[in-house]
Amino acid sequence: MATVTEPPVESFRLSMLLNDTRYRGYTFQFIALLLLVFAIAWLGQNLIQNLQAAGLDISWTFLGEPAGYDINQTLIPYTSQSTHLQAAWVGVLNTLLVAFMGCVTATVIGVIAGVLRLSNNWLIAKLMSAYVEAFRNVPVLIWILIISTIVTLLPAPRAYRGETPDVEMLFGAIAYTNRGVYIPAPVWGPGSSVVVITFLLSIVAMFAYRRYAKTLLYSTGRLLPTFWPSIGIFFLPAIVMFFIMGQPISLDYPALQGFNFQGGIQLQRPLIALWLALSIYTGAFIAENVRAGIQAVSKGQTEAAGSLGMRPNRIMSLVVLPQALRVIVPPLISQYLNITKNSSLAIAVGYADITATLGGITLNQTGRAIECILLLMLFYLVISLCISAIMNVYNNAVKLKER
Amino acid sequence: MADGAAEKSVANQEEVNMKKSVILGAVTIASLSAGAAVAGTLDDVKARGKLNCGVTTGLVGFAAPDANGEWEGFDVAVCRAVATAVLGDPTAVEFVPTTGKTRFTALASGEIDMLARNTTWTFSRDVDLKFEFVGINYYDGQGFMVPKELGVTSAKDLDGATVCIQTGTTTELNLADFFRANNISYEPVPIETNAEAQPLYLDGACDVYTTDASGLAATRAAFENPADHVVLPEIISKEPLGPLVRHGDHEWGDVVRWSLNSMIAAEELGVTSVNVAELAGGTDNPEINRLLGTEGTLGEMLGLEADWAKNIIMNIGNYGEVFESNIGEATPIGLARGLNAQWTDGGLLYSPPFR
Repeated sequence: MATVTEPPVESFRLSMLLNDTRYRGYTFQFIALLLLVFAIAWLGQNLIQNLQAAGLDISWTFLGEPAGYDINQTLIPYTSQSTHLQAAWVGVLNTLLVAFMGCVTATVIGVIAGVLRLSNNWLIAKLMSAYVEAFRNVPVLIWILIISTIVTLLPAPRAYRGETPDVEMLFGAIAYTNRGVYIPAPVWGPGSSVVVITFLLSIVAMFAYRRYAKTLLYSTGRLLPTFWPSIGIFFLPAIVMFFIMGQPISLDYPALQGFNFQGGIQLQRPLIALWLALSIYTGAFIAENVRAGIQAVSKGQTEAAGSLGMRPNRIMSLVVLPQALRVIVPPLISQYLNITKNSSLAIAVGYADITATLGGITLNQTGRAIECILLLMLFYLVISLCISAIMNVYNNAVKLKER
Repeated sequence: MADGAAEKSVANQEEVNMKKSVILGAVTIASLSAGAAVAGTLDDVKARGKLNCGVTTGLVGFAAPDANGEWEGFDVAVCRAVATAVLGDPTAVEFVPTTGKTRFTALASGEIDMLARNTTWTFSRDVDLKFEFVGINYYDGQGFMVPKELGVTSAKDLDGATVCIQTGTTTELNLADFFRANNISYEPVPIETNAEAQPLYLDGACDVYTTDASGLAATRAAFENPADHVVLPEIISKEPLGPLVRHGDHEWGDVVRWSLNSMIAAEELGVTSVNVAELAGGTDNPEINRLLGTEGTLGEMLGLEADWAKNIIMNIGNYGEVFESNIGEATPIGLARGLNAQWTDGGLLYSPPFR
């Protein structure tokens, strides 16, 4: 037909918005957008109307008023006379702390479990399958409660009391009680900064050495040992400097005083329960991501590396894992987001995260539900977008470079 | 046969209507969440035929389901009294368990018509949260409970102790004030409900449990060995507990207020569930007559039947009877009347006159 080779020059008519497939999509999108805007406006209007009817208003002044309550774990100075805003910051930092600890541990557990699940050793592979299936399929809240209960079954601090206590401290330094675990805390004496700086320098030196070993390998083919030298560079200079400076860093051991252990660093029961539960639960998901990533690398790659005479460990770390990372990282991002958001289950064990301080006690004491929940949503949104952004940068670094 | 079909179609029609109203109801609740039911709660309750009453998630003696799932307790009696006054039926109550955190939202949003959940009457709750406390049904104060083996005799010896505390309550603020004022430290362990606190306290995960003294007595009564635990002598705060309603609906507030007052006045006037039927026949005391509706039009003024208070006392009992049967000295909770005695007996209970 002639129209096929010679498209008619048609001017735009209004009816084409419905009849013409080229424009119909836009019409419906526009209608959907209008409806969405209308719905949001209606909800907002409704909120304002009902607030007015109830004689309430939106106000943020409560954030500047004294909170009046105490928090059991504070990373920044806080007393019951601090403001609600300060209490919210305490909660934010506690959330970030448990999220960070959870992400690190979950990744370590996940990578190990994922790799071992593909092991040729039948027992190890089956054990890892059992771990993944058991932990992935039970809600994380249950795990939090289970671990919290297990910690509660540990001896009470008063069991350590007396001439012949029922329980002895581990190595005379670590006390494990149903209120948490107490470990020695470092005391920084004069001259300790030199030791710390030496330690930081030795970390830099370790990476420099590994980079040198890599360039040497690529340019000449000579393979330097990296594992033991790395360990040596990591520990030795700091230890030597520690004794040269006359042992400036000492340890503050926890000791039973009154009702509780005093001194040292305390990992409280809520933190332990939340951290471990989030780690092992999310670790099971990450293990599956890792397994999927490894299996996505063609078997030919492993066989080719094998035929070059590489040993299994090196095949895994040099050939398979770098390629698997491409597949692993995107779902890993969502697992990190899950940990951060799941940490809001903290209230179940009394961990003072942002949901417990701002979204719990502050909300309850001030009655400012809408303001508190809005702030809470904003916080989780911002933090999730930040994690996403950081992980996307990393993903761009490891993804397949297409030229 | 034809009748059966007609009935069926009526039933179908009703079902359709019900479905419609359920959908409408859901839409209304979803859209008009906050402050929808500001006025006309009395009419709503009458139309619904059921009172939605917020209570605790379970505190023996005050509000807890018994072995048959029937709610019973001191606060529950207030709910039942209001239901009796409005609907003439003490069982026409839908009990909504609330935690310290959820209770105010539940009331403000209209999910419940009234809250009877040992809630402390404070300035900010009354003024800032826009609620109306209609009276006080229990004068309480915050106390501490510790295991006897700790050898603690005073709350001031608690320096460095770990304290279990229900979050979202006034006790949380009192605790912070008390320890700050006495310049001693403590470590709070926030928990959501009384039931969660018990195992933590019994396992020694916290040294001390603090809440209202009445709550401590009720909690201790539920322990295996109540004698192993002591309630310390210090009472660190005033905790006037009472039922509350939403601000702005004064008719409804009056109904709840005078339902409570009728029980208190009845005790003062010597009207009990046993003799109320006899006294309702008419007495020489005009105040009793006005209370029981044989004289005057008090019930009509409230928008209720003339015998509203008579029904309350007949079905629920007067304040003293409710107290003795739920939390009194004969019960495992074993609370003495103390401040909660009538003003004529040296207590603080004092109902305004029925006139």
